[in-house]
Amino acid sequence: MSERGVAAAAASGPVVDAVGQRAPRADGREKLSGKAQFTGDLRVPGMLYGAVLRSPFARARLTFVDASAAEARPGVRAVLTGADLSDMNPFYGHALRDRPIIALDMVRFAGEPVAVVAAETQEIAEEALSFIDVGYEPLPVLASLESALEPGAEQVHTTAARPGLAHGLGKLPSLDGNICYTYGFDYGDVAAVFAEADIVIEGEYRFPAVYQYAMETHTVVADHQGQDITLWASCQHPFLVRQEISELFNVALDQVQVIVPFLGGGFGSKSYTKMEPIAVAMSRKAGRPVRVANRVDESMVTTRRHNMLCRMRTAARNDGTLLAREADFWMDTGAYADNGPRVTATAGDAAPGPYRWAASRVKGYCVYTNTAPAGSYRAFGALHLQWIGELQVDEVARRLNLDALDIRRRNLLPPGGMVRPGAKPLDAELVGDIERVAAAIDWGSKRAPDTGVGISVGLLAAGAHPVSGATVRLGADGGVTVLVGTTEVGQGARTVMAQIAAQVLGLAPERVVVRGADTRFTPYDRSTGASRSTTLAGKAVELAARDVLKGLLETAAHELQLPQLDLQVRGGGIGNGDRWLSYEQLVQARFGFAGGELIGQGRVQPEGGTGSYAEGPVFWEVCVAAAEVAVDRETGIVRVLRTATIADVGKAINPQLIERQDEGATLQGIGNALFEEMRYSDEGMLLNDTLLDYRIPSFEDVPGTMTTVIVENEDGPGPFGAKGCGEGAFAGIVSAIVGALADAGVPMRELPLTPERVWRRIGELEREQSGGSHL
Amino acid sequence: MSEITLSCTVNDRVFNGTIASNLLLIDFLRDRLGLTGVKQSCEVQVCGTCTVLIDGQPVSSCCHLAADIGGRQVTTIEGVVGSVYHERVSAAFMKHAALQCGFCTAGMILTIKALGDQEGELSRDEVRQALSGNLCRCTGYQSVLDAACETLGVAEASHP
Repeated sequence: MSERGVAAAAASGPVVDAVGQRAPRADGREKLSGKAQFTGDLRVPGMLYGAVLRSPFARARLTFVDASAAEARPGVRAVLTGADLSDMNPFYGHALRDRPIIALDMVRFAGEPVAVVAAETQEIAEEALSFIDVGYEPLPVLASLESALEPGAEQVHTTAARPGLAHGLGKLPSLDGNICYTYGFDYGDVAAVFAEADIVIEGEYRFPAVYQYAMETHTVVADHQGQDITLWASCQHPFLVRQEISELFNVALDQVQVIVPFLGGGFGSKSYTKMEPIAVAMSRKAGRPVRVANRVDESMVTTRRHNMLCRMRTAARNDGTLLAREADFWMDTGAYADNGPRVTATAGDAAPGPYRWAASRVKGYCVYTNTAPAGSYRAFGALHLQWIGELQVDEVARRLNLDALDIRRRNLLPPGGMVRPGAKPLDAELVGDIERVAAAIDWGSKRAPDTGVGISVGLLAAGAHPVSGATVRLGADGGVTVLVGTTEVGQGARTVMAQIAAQVLGLAPERVVVRGADTRFTPYDRSTGASRSTTLAGKAVELAARDVLKGLLETAAHELQLPQLDLQVRGGGIGNGDRWLSYEQLVQARFGFAGGELIGQGRVQPEGGTGSYAEGPVFWEVCVAAAEVAVDRETGIVRVLRTATIADVGKAINPQLIERQDEGATLQGIGNALFEEMRYSDEGMLLNDTLLDYRIPSFEDVPGTMTTVIVENEDGPGPFGAKGCGEGAFAGIVSAIVGALADAGVPMRELPLTPERVWRRIGELEREQSGGSHL
Repeated sequence: MSEITLSCTVNDRVFNGTIASNLLLIDFLRDRLGLTGVKQSCEVQVCGTCTVLIDGQPVSSCCHLAADIGGRQVTTIEGVVGSVYHERVSAAFMKHAALQCGFCTAGMILTIKALGDQEGELSRDEVRQALSGNLCRCTGYQSVLDAACETLGVAEASHP
């Protein structure tokens, strides 16, 4: 036992919980030294460089594409055009397979790929683009929701597309003009409740198209050799990309290998399939690996957030009871649906807001236009609708001279309340959340002139489809490796997964290694988005670690001749009193030599029903924030003085990473609320497609104080009662800022709150007031 | 296009060779020298992601010709790794979790280095202003400012 005595000393150190620690980032040192590899840093042997020719017209018939002169250039290896896809069905898309890999006979947005050159250098590829001759027959452009929705408008798509492979939206409605998807629900007698209401607030509201601006643009290296396709891609959802590529190119699932290096941000912009199909098709033609790396202007026409038009009304009684809400909204999904239908459905779920309505009716429309495709961006749907609903709640409160906190306290759904017919009941304590966020900004304290405060509460259907797997390997040296398909997009997934496995196995988090996603080796994980990684992939990691622990306990009980119930797990060993075995010793004891490994599997799948979104969500992500703003009435400039957000996470696996999520969301919220807006011309041209004209928040935009309040009610479905975060704060803060400006006397119905727009509104309100005094 | 000869020093190593006269500094560093710690994003000298130091001054390598660095000293993130400064700034970034995706981090570290190499005392506001040419979409900036102030010995790094 003397050897075991040595192990005992090592194993019986102090017990420190890995979960709940502000554990340092597992990827920190690699990133701080510039050694962390992103897709664009890879140089695959034999790799060619791709450049994409993009349409200058937003809508045109393509009469011919002649690439012969480009192909003849020295250093050019191949040029891909629509004609190269005649042997396949080239349509793909997450919700609807409405998009060809490359334009065939039509272009539907300015920037749509028309040809790709693969050459020995990037420079040669780009130069060759100007030698491609393309015939365009320009057609009338539907550049806005209004033009696309006009009766008798021309159609962006004239035929309905096949549904996507794994959209989770149930039966999709058929194409109706330019409307590719509708979502709605209603309950109660909406007309009767509105007819009897004391107060009805109604209005029309507009939300702008914005760009996610991940610092790293979409980048792919694709290698199509025979039946094997290898992709190194800056993608958030490698398994969904694998499925689409497999279907498009007609190869088996496992013949497609998607490897995801570090991602330079995503925020939804790298969800689903983006530049992967075009890179694979180019490699198929060239017979060599091809790298396609977008410039920023190209990424801005690859995906964006939906602009939206919304009409909403809210009914209330004079005693402050909220009665009913109706919302109709139209999401501009651009030329291809991408994830627009899901965005529309999630917006619909968020439209009523988390209140006890007697009746509600919601209808959302996803609309094609000739602009760049719109898809996922952090907190989509909820963020679109929350500020509108909350403005109306605030207006009810103002008319009744009620406090904004008070009216919410009276009307909020209790835990277990119905958010939407058929959906999971509310799984959070919202009154506690708004009271905490109010306290964080000294709600009710005296305010300076031309300042205002806003508080906002909403819900976001989170988690997407609940399928995630993980493998934990314990090697003969006692080291632990986690294989999990969740991608490290900056959120800290690798750190959190290490903490979860470390907690179960009684180790320090730095003893656990978490590798990147590789569809050939990491177990299936549906996606990295919808705030699902900690909750679902994290649960799978917890279960996989427990599976390993089970094997360790069996061996320890056998070796130490002790009942399992008497064994303790800590410091990388198992034992009791002075009798301990390290994991290294246990693995060796189990296999009888210095080799072998224990492998644990963890799996999360729908618990009941079909697991569809209709019966979901996995959890309701809480979107609660408060803000104080100041407005300069002479210039219209709005400044955010202070913010507070709630991270209602069930259990904080790593509080520091949660704070960073909320702070990052707050800055994105300030950009989205105050100045970010993609501007299109009537011809459908994106007018501000560089950072010179499209500004994102900088150090100068940080509010005076920015507070994250973490709430741990252990009420989440994830590991240790955890649930996701990072999106709710974004929806909450945009809404709180708009609400604060209304509190300062400037209610706005269109975002962003640019100085010009605010200044004009102030003038309008002043004229209304002085006009009123004449009466 | 024409080729020119270039002599310069990159991360304390001398480079002598020919390059295309229109070669951008970022492409020279990443593609020719394999210094992929330099990252490209906006390409219009706004985001600061591609920041390197030329004779100690921060420069956007996306908008700088390699031809213009003749006789000068270029420093990239690879050139500061292992230094006392890099240890200090890394410890501060780790403590404050002042990075997420990490794409902008090298540029930030070089801007902070240039700031620290200047004479005189700095305030938190001056640090903020000096960093305002480095954009980050992940962190919300507060933690980066805290880490920068801690690295530079500037007070008021109050955020935990």
